[in-house]
Amino acid sequence: MTRAMIARARRTAPSLVVFAVLIGAWWATVTMTGSLIFPTPGEVLTGAWGLMQDGTLFEHIGASLFRVAAGYGLALLVAVPLGLWMGWVHGAFLTLNPLVQILRPISPIAWIPIAILWFGVGNASPIFLIFISSVFPMVLQTANGVHGIEKRYLRAAENFGVSRRKLFSQVVIPAAMPQIVVGMRVGLGVAWLVVVAAEMIALRSGLGYLIIDSRNAGNRYDLVIAGMVVIGLIGLVLDGLMRLLESHPSVRWRYAS
Amino acid sequence: MRPKITLQGVSKAYGNGEALPVVDALDLSIREGEILAVVGPSGCGKTTLLNIMAGFVAPDSGEVRVDERPVVPDKKGILMSQQGSVFPWLTVRQNLMFGLNGAHGGDAVATADQYASLVGLRGFETAYPYQLSGGMLKRVEFARALAVKPEILYMDEPFSALDAQMSLRIRNELLNILQTVRKTVVLVTHDVEEAVHMADRVAVLTARPTRIQTVFEVDLPRPRAVASTGVQALRAAILRELGVD
Ligand SMILES: Nc1ncnc2c1ncn2[C@@H]1O[C@H](COP(=O)(O)OP(=O)(O)OP(=O)(O)O)[C@@H](O)[C@H]1O
Ligand SMILES: [Mg+2]
Repeated sequence: MTRAMIARARRTAPSLVVFAVLIGAWWATVTMTGSLIFPTPGEVLTGAWGLMQDGTLFEHIGASLFRVAAGYGLALLVAVPLGLWMGWVHGAFLTLNPLVQILRPISPIAWIPIAILWFGVGNASPIFLIFISSVFPMVLQTANGVHGIEKRYLRAAENFGVSRRKLFSQVVIPAAMPQIVVGMRVGLGVAWLVVVAAEMIALRSGLGYLIIDSRNAGNRYDLVIAGMVVIGLIGLVLDGLMRLLESHPSVRWRYAS
Repeated sequence: MRPKITLQGVSKAYGNGEALPVVDALDLSIREGEILAVVGPSGCGKTTLLNIMAGFVAPDSGEVRVDERPVVPDKKGILMSQQGSVFPWLTVRQNLMFGLNGAHGGDAVATADQYASLVGLRGFETAYPYQLSGGMLKRVEFARALAVKPEILYMDEPFSALDAQMSLRIRNELLNILQTVRKTVVLVTHDVEEAVHMADRVAVLTARPTRIQTVFEVDLPRPRAVASTGVQALRAAILRELGVD
C-alpha cells in the first residue's frame, strides 16, 4: 500500500465505522423487537433492488431531477442578473431588499396552497416551489458578492478606463463569482429538499411520491427507507458536483493564498 | 520645466459630525518627468493625498490640475494602490491586457507578453496571481501600469510589502525602465532611504492635518548606491526633518 492510500484509509475509516455501527444497531434492534412494520437493512436493500429491476426507481429519480433542473435553472437565470443589479445599483438594493427579506423566510411548505391554486397539480407546482425557495439565497449571495468587491479593484478598473461591458465581464462578475457559487450551492441544496416535499402532495411521480405512496399502499416501509437513502445519496452527489465547481480557477483564487 | 501636476490649497477632512482634517491647504507642484517621493509620519494622509492627486478623491477645497486641466482619473495617470490591485481572478496575461482596449485580439496578447518579459515574468503569462510570490505580484502591477503607456505613475508604498533585498532589486529594475520610458512619478513611501535612492525630489509632509513641511532636492548622480555617503547623508537630514532621532 502506498502512503497516499494509507492516508486515505485513515481519513475515511472513522465514518465507515460509524455507518457500520448504526446499520448494525438498526439491524439488531429490529430483529430483537421482532417489528412487523419496521424493516431491517437487508429488507430495505431487497426492496430497493426490486424497484431498480422494474425500473420504477429510475423513473422517480428522473422525475425529481427534471423538476429540480427546471425550477433551479429558472431560479439561477433570474437570481444572478437580479443579484448583480441589486449589488451594483444602490437604489435597486434599497428598493428590492425589503421584499426579498420578507419573502425569504417563508417556508416553501407555506407556498403549497398558492402553488396548487396558481399552477394546479401538474409539474408546474413543484417547479414553482423549487424556484421560489432557491431563488432568494442566490439573489442575496450574488448581491453580497458584488457589495464585497474591494474598492481598490473598482478604482483600478476605472483608472484603466474600460467599457461598461468589460467592467462587468472582467471585474464585477468574476469578483462576485465565488459568492455566486456559494449561493448556487445553497440554492441547489434547498431545491433538492423542496422537491421531495412538493412531490408528497398530489403528484404521481418522483421520490417524494415514492415515499408517500409506499406508506399509503400497504405500509411498505422498506421502500420508504430505500427512497430516503436514495434522496440522501443523490443530494450528496449534487453537492459534490457543486464542490467541483468551487475548485474551478474562476472561483479558487478566492480561497487560495 | 513646466509643472505636470499642480495642487493648490488642497484640503480634505473625513467623517461626519466630528470631522477629521487630513490634508490642510496643501500646495505642491510636480515637474514633468521627475520622480517625486513623498514621505511623512504614519497616518498623516499620504494615501489620501495620492488619491486626491490621481482624481479618485475630491478635495473639499482647492484644486488639482494635470497639464493645466482639472484632474480626471484615466489612463494618463495610473494609481498603484497600497494593497495592490492586480485582479486575483485574472491570469497575468489577462491582467496585463486589461487596460489595452484599443488594441484588438493578437496585438493585445503580444503587447501583454512583451510587458511580462520586460519585468521578468516570461513563462508566467497564464499563472494566476495567487500562484506568484509577492515580488512577482509587484512586477505584474508595474507591468500592467506601464503597458497602457501612462504619463504619470502614482505609487503608494509599492515596495513596502517586500523584503529589503527584493525591494532594492525591483527598485533598480524600475529605475532602469524609467530611464528608457520617461514618466512623471509620485512615489509615496515611509522609507526615507528608498525615497533618496529613487527620487529627484523628496517632499516631507507634516503630521495630520498634513501640509508640505520641506522639499529636498536630491542632487546625486545615478545610478545611486544606497550605501553611498551621499544617500546616507541626505537620509539623515530628512530623518532629522521628520523629527526622528
Ligand atoms: N475613507 C476614509 N474615511 C474616513 N477616514 C479616513 C479614510 N481614509 C483615511 N482616513 C483617515 O485619514 C487619515 C489619513 O489616512 P491615510 O491613509 O491617508 O494615511 P497614510 O499617511 O497613507 O497612512 P499610512 O502611512 O499608514 O499608509 C487617517 O487618520 C485615516 O484614519
Ligand atoms: Mg497609506
